[in-house]
Amino acid sequence: MKDTEGYVTADGRQIGGTLMEMRNITLRFGGVVAIQDISFDIREGEVRAIIGPNGAGKSSMLNVISGFYTPSEGEVWYKGAKRPPMKPFEVARQGVARTFQNIALFEGMTVLDNVMTGRLTHMNAGLASQALWWGKARDEEMENREKVERVIDFLEIQNIRKTPVGRLPYGLKKRVELARALAAEPSILLLDEPMAGMNVEEKEDMSRFILDVNDEFGTTICLIEHDMGVVMDLSDRVVVMDYGKKIGDGTPDEVRNNQDVIDAYLGVPH
Amino acid sequence: MLYRTAGQFKTSYIADQALFPVKQDAFLLGIILTLAWIVFPLTASEFTFQTLLIPILIYALAAMGLNILTGFAGQLSLGTGAFMGVGAYACYKMVTLMPWMNPIVAILLSGVFSAGIGVVFGIPSLRIKGFYLAIATLAAQFFLVWLFEKWAWLYNYNASGAIQVPNLEMFGVFVSGPQAASVTEYYIVLFVVTLLTLLCINLTRGNLGRTWKATRDMDIAAELIGINLMKSKLTAFAVSSYVVGVAGALYVFMWKGAAEPNVFDIPLSFQVLFIAIIGGLGSIMGNYLGAILIVGLPVVLNVVAGTQVFEISTPSAILLVALIAAATFLFWVARSLWGVGAAIGFGAVTLIYGYAQLQGFRIDSALIEHINVMIVGALIIFFLIIEPHGLNQLWRLIREKLIIWPFPH
Repeated sequence: MKDTEGYVTADGRQIGGTLMEMRNITLRFGGVVAIQDISFDIREGEVRAIIGPNGAGKSSMLNVISGFYTPSEGEVWYKGAKRPPMKPFEVARQGVARTFQNIALFEGMTVLDNVMTGRLTHMNAGLASQALWWGKARDEEMENREKVERVIDFLEIQNIRKTPVGRLPYGLKKRVELARALAAEPSILLLDEPMAGMNVEEKEDMSRFILDVNDEFGTTICLIEHDMGVVMDLSDRVVVMDYGKKIGDGTPDEVRNNQDVIDAYLGVPH
Repeated sequence: MLYRTAGQFKTSYIADQALFPVKQDAFLLGIILTLAWIVFPLTASEFTFQTLLIPILIYALAAMGLNILTGFAGQLSLGTGAFMGVGAYACYKMVTLMPWMNPIVAILLSGVFSAGIGVVFGIPSLRIKGFYLAIATLAAQFFLVWLFEKWAWLYNYNASGAIQVPNLEMFGVFVSGPQAASVTEYYIVLFVVTLLTLLCINLTRGNLGRTWKATRDMDIAAELIGINLMKSKLTAFAVSSYVVGVAGALYVFMWKGAAEPNVFDIPLSFQVLFIAIIGGLGSIMGNYLGAILIVGLPVVLNVVAGTQVFEISTPSAILLVALIAAATFLFWVARSLWGVGAAIGFGAVTLIYGYAQLQGFRIDSALIEHINVMIVGALIIFFLIIEPHGLNQLWRLIREKLIIWPFPH
């Protein structure tokens, strides 16, 4: 049921077929329904945004996609196949990388080591080889270091390569986290509020990086963000959630003029 | 000046990720290795071998094993002593069942048994962490020591219930047991410790090391970027217990010569834990620094107690210089009330002790024991508050300052 037609965006980029599809996802925690019967798709090469007021269930949705939560009902289809229940690390190994709302870097390690952890899924040298630092382990280390250096170059964090992450300011940490996710060369990149707590300049930088990533590597991006200006400028299609339900889905313009969305954001008189 | 790194360019990633990217470090290591492999064996007395050199190496190795688990992978363990015991008993059974076996091979293999047991007792770490895990490893500690006592097969049903190290030969030289020379034992310990240190350094700087550190720093994020936490934790338990087990085999075979089950009781676990904490969690070199301090301190105190401070003798002069250096150093590093307090404290102790000595006061050995415990306790509190990364971090700070010296930034 893979849709191979795709569409062309307003700025003339060709978007491919369906990469990931959420079918009737419901997520319950005891009696609380966090997500209720939501379906949407993410197509290859697009920037897909999920927006909604606080508590709408956006982060829960992202956690379902990244395998941290297993949906109570519904199916996740990925690359044309239904995804069986699996552990988060297995999902990551299938090419789903993510960043976190509250920075989740490894504070005790250097920037370089942090970004190298993004390559873990691509490295499989045995214990003996690693202990002797010989053969496969050494080759792998060099190969992956080169790939990591490319990401470091791309995100312009060369000068802090060997700095322990704990010493970095907030904005840079966010960028290092993006670097770690990118290093995995994911098929789909999930960004949970990549611009939370940033000033205007940092937001501009981050927006540019997100667009560049999408442009140069062709990475599919799914992001959650509260800054409407950013979301409307960056994304190709937007899903709007409110109280765990989907209330809108479409291009930024369509969503902007959707009455339900306006009601959810501005409120309606009772 | 000594640590100028200018002009040392790296032209490949291999060079950048080399063990010692800074030439001076490699030079320093060269000096240390020369001392350890050539100078010490030629000059050391029987006393130095048995009270300093051999135990420092063995304790450093045990602490390194624990450090891999606690410092690198973030899994707290209080069962180190028991895992050392597993290594020791495994080695004992191997050399008594198969007397033809090469002793070094037996020692290296004995770690395999403790690694297996370590993995079994590491399984709770998949569900619990922190203090609760510490309690679970404590169960291993008590259970294993009980087993060493009750399972007579382990000590070959001998009446004493202790394991006696037999005389073992290798190429016609006695390497263990009562007939072995200290220098032979020292070389064997040094060889095993050097080998395992190298392997541990490689493991901790590579892929597995990053997996462990990621598990330690933030396990949820680690799992979401593709780390199999179960594998990460269990490999940490396996590698750690292997190293600890080998240290245990060396402990009995190359140092103590005989051991009863209670040798491996919880005080040993704590001693190794203290070395790891004082040396610095999450470092390899720190274990050596910590072991030198913990093993060396009582020896130094004993030597000092036997001499008069204000008599001009070598030990007293060394003691005075060391105390003054330590006080200055603390002041320089901490540059705070703590530093001032420590400096004043050291000065006061020196003066009071000196005065007491002039009045004819002598310290008896029981008091030395107590002073030793007090100093170690104070050091642990000091490090936990001021420098949680231990002696190793102090050395790193000094090194960073030396690299840019004489400029402050």
